[in-house]
Amino acid sequence: MTAAATPAASPATTGEQPGVRLARSRRNAELSLLALAMVLVAAYGATVEANLLDTVTPDFWVPAAALGAVFLGLHLVIRFLAPYADPALLPAVALLNGLGVGFLRRIDLNDALPADRETLAIFAGTGGRQLAWTLVSVILAAALLVLMRDHRSVSRYAYTLGLAGIVLVMIPAVLPGRFSEINGAKLWIKFGDAFSIQPGEFAKLALLVFFAYYLVRKREVLSLASRRFLGIDFPRGRDLGPVVVVWLISLLVLIFEKDLGTSLLYFGMFVVTLYIATERVSWLLIGLVLFFGGAYLAYILGDLVGGPFANFYLRAEIWLDPFADPHDKGYQLVQGLLALGTGGLFGAGPGGGQPGLLPEVQNDFIFAGIGEEIGLFGLSALLVVYLLIVERGLRAALAVRDSFGKLLAGGLAFTLGLQVFVIVGGISKLIPLTGQTTPFLSAGGSSLMANWLLIAVLLRVSDGARRPVTGGGGKVARPAGGPPEQLHGAPTEVIRP
Amino acid sequence: MNAPLRRAGIVVMILFGLLFANLNWIQAYKADEYRNSDYNGRVQVAEYERKRGNIEAGGTALATSKETDGELKFLRTYPGGAEYAHVLGYKPVNLADTGIERIENDFLAGTSDQLIGDRIKDMFTGDQTSGGNVLLTLSKKAQNVAYDELRDNDLGVKRGAAIAIDPRTGAVQALVSMPSFDPNPLASHDPKKASAAYNQLEQDPDGPLKNRALSETLPPGSTFKIVVAAAALENGIGKETEIKAGSSYTPPTSGTPIRNAAASICPESQVTLMEAVTESCNTGFAQLGVRLGADAIKEKARQFGFEQDDLTVGQLGEDGLTVAASRTGDMTAPDGATDPAALAQSSIGQRDVRMTPLQGALIAASVANGGSQMRPYLIKQLLGPDRTTVYDAAKPRELRRPVSDQVAGDLRDMMVSVVENGTGRKAAINGYTVGGKTGTAQSAPDRPDHGWFIGFALDKNGTPVSAVCVELEQAGPGGSAEAARIAGLIMRAAINDPGGR
Repeated sequence: MTAAATPAASPATTGEQPGVRLARSRRNAELSLLALAMVLVAAYGATVEANLLDTVTPDFWVPAAALGAVFLGLHLVIRFLAPYADPALLPAVALLNGLGVGFLRRIDLNDALPADRETLAIFAGTGGRQLAWTLVSVILAAALLVLMRDHRSVSRYAYTLGLAGIVLVMIPAVLPGRFSEINGAKLWIKFGDAFSIQPGEFAKLALLVFFAYYLVRKREVLSLASRRFLGIDFPRGRDLGPVVVVWLISLLVLIFEKDLGTSLLYFGMFVVTLYIATERVSWLLIGLVLFFGGAYLAYILGDLVGGPFANFYLRAEIWLDPFADPHDKGYQLVQGLLALGTGGLFGAGPGGGQPGLLPEVQNDFIFAGIGEEIGLFGLSALLVVYLLIVERGLRAALAVRDSFGKLLAGGLAFTLGLQVFVIVGGISKLIPLTGQTTPFLSAGGSSLMANWLLIAVLLRVSDGARRPVTGGGGKVARPAGGPPEQLHGAPTEVIRP
Repeated sequence: MNAPLRRAGIVVMILFGLLFANLNWIQAYKADEYRNSDYNGRVQVAEYERKRGNIEAGGTALATSKETDGELKFLRTYPGGAEYAHVLGYKPVNLADTGIERIENDFLAGTSDQLIGDRIKDMFTGDQTSGGNVLLTLSKKAQNVAYDELRDNDLGVKRGAAIAIDPRTGAVQALVSMPSFDPNPLASHDPKKASAAYNQLEQDPDGPLKNRALSETLPPGSTFKIVVAAAALENGIGKETEIKAGSSYTPPTSGTPIRNAAASICPESQVTLMEAVTESCNTGFAQLGVRLGADAIKEKARQFGFEQDDLTVGQLGEDGLTVAASRTGDMTAPDGATDPAALAQSSIGQRDVRMTPLQGALIAASVANGGSQMRPYLIKQLLGPDRTTVYDAAKPRELRRPVSDQVAGDLRDMMVSVVENGTGRKAAINGYTVGGKTGTAQSAPDRPDHGWFIGFALDKNGTPVSAVCVELEQAGPGGSAEAARIAGLIMRAAINDPGGR
């Protein structure tokens, strides 16, 4: 790798610490950015009302203020319990979450009878439910920050979390379709019609903790024992075991949960953490070949034998030509593309579009629904906000000192970015459409909670990364007991010749 | 571990770059295509924001928009149901629009250039002024009679058409195609219901969606004899001139003799042209056609409007409902020379001669109007949303002059004789001079004949007041008499309510 270019990483105690020269907490910057985000959310709400109701009600600011109060609470928790956490993360996520609530409320306004529109309660409809879920999610995130004073402490539960993750992934696959299937993808656990959870969202987090822990322990053997072939170091056959297992799991997800997106997400997550841990391109190559080979095989099998592969084949066919059956099979994708196209460069303005014409506009197609109203410029800005979150997460990974933290933060940040890519790429016909949620925007408690927990972990890791090494700056006492022995002391870093 | 982390960051940037590039492709490059796509319901939602104007006849709204609570704010309804369907057409949400709804769509929707003033006013007031109104020439009474009599015809015929026009102006007084359909389900805001209704109509073997009055061409039978008689009158044959007749005539190259409809019709070896028309003498006209030659007949038919394939009926000088071309056929043998057998059969409206009901009415109207054929039209006036500004009022104009006034006079006498003494007696109207010509056309050897009647009515001053064509597809025996009866009733209704008021 490029170890020669950077100062030889001295193991375990020093990571790179870009921008952490001064031990400044930057909490006030976070608070101002948060206020700015809430002003944007309030302005969005006012514009929606002006367009939909022809008037701005005196209460237009209430949802933004409610959200602001919730996020302010989290800000205070961060201020006292993670003072050195990255100040850009919370405002960026708050902006996305706030716009999501605003857009869902906009759909409610659209669906409400004209007479009821001006008096729509703030906890009414999908938007109100999303607001409530935001409250729950932020409380959970705060609780995680309170309980997890050092990110290394979670490694104690790595095996438990790994098992829980696999179980969570498998539950929808083994449940009968009527308990787990929505729109052809078996990703849910349904409790009646009103309530369903998407265990995969939480499994993502649990599995990543396990991957990070496992890989930190196995780094040497995975990165050192190798055979050279075509100028690339390939791992030994027996070391391929874990990656093959994960590959199989993701293929099973693909086949039995009928969902390419989740499968791609898990596999991408694992391959990237593996690559980060071992610094070996061969893992990426193996991963890509396995994944695309598997997907292509599933496509061929779907054409030839159907059965469990038929759904994937169908989705691939729709992706290749959605306009072949624009009223039935290709309907969703076609309507998504038409919404985006109608939005054009500047969009119809918040409240000026026709999200009612889009199927699943609260979930999978929320990005298309928003895109119709804020146009290419607005969507580009949203993508930049996502990119900012991902890159700040990766930055925390770069700066944090321990390998486990690096893998955890790097894997989580990358996974978040990959999920955005999978769903936004899906609705814009870049890749086959799959049933992923759009992080922080889509309606749904599972996704929101899981992603807020993910952000809490990133905040915790970034706090660890930016906190001054020597005491004095640290207002928060280290958790009693310290980090787990096996990670802290073990020679997890290997300097390669 | 930092190097791969940095690379992971670059990978994320590349992935987001792909998303960004792809969004540019969709929202910038393909935006116009998607925005105006047929599958894009937004186009329609915008269209339904504003109240669409009415289509009216005789002061009654035949198509109007009602406010709804749904996303599409107005529902298009057709209070007249099936009666006016082939004129109005329909304006569906997810299907192609047709009829007047299609050709005057811009004006009805308020997006026409003529209504730009309203749109500019709306920009300042924030209102949505409704679209403009289209006033039709139809006579409600004539349309009622035409629709009721066709639907409940005495022979139980299922397919047919009737069209009545004012010979002096070309204004359409009635236009009915049978069977008809109710356009209301097609305008449903539920696309599935509308599609289901459309598919059902589309698959109906009787073809209710087809506008037979304008677009169905059938062999005209003896009604075509008026064209041949016109050619004869211009070639030195008077209405009292004796022409060859007989009970049977075998053309030179054919083994199949042409006979008359009954043994009592022109068994004499010679009859006058007047008698030949009155009795509808096939042998007489077959020989007359052979004597005049194919070119004379084809040319005369062309002068009456045959072979024109770009006629539209709507707003004068503008777009309209398309009219199929009527054809005389080649009348030639495979070597290109005139085939006397084909010529003889064509002269009695068989063989490859095909005519639309509108063409039949135009022939009768030209004869009644002193040889001047007025261009047919359906739209009397475009009336602004305020109901006072008139944007376009029809100014009738001559389409062509197929025969001279004198020839028209002779044809008129012969056709009046048909109704007074001959095959068209059932079309007579008390107090009016009615002329016409019946037609019975063979369709296929094993199918019943088509029944035709073309005719006109003159008031006591000799002013033409209505011209009509009624066609009953595969009506069988008595078809032309039934067509004549219906034609008389339609004209009587049109006299009482000339329409276009």
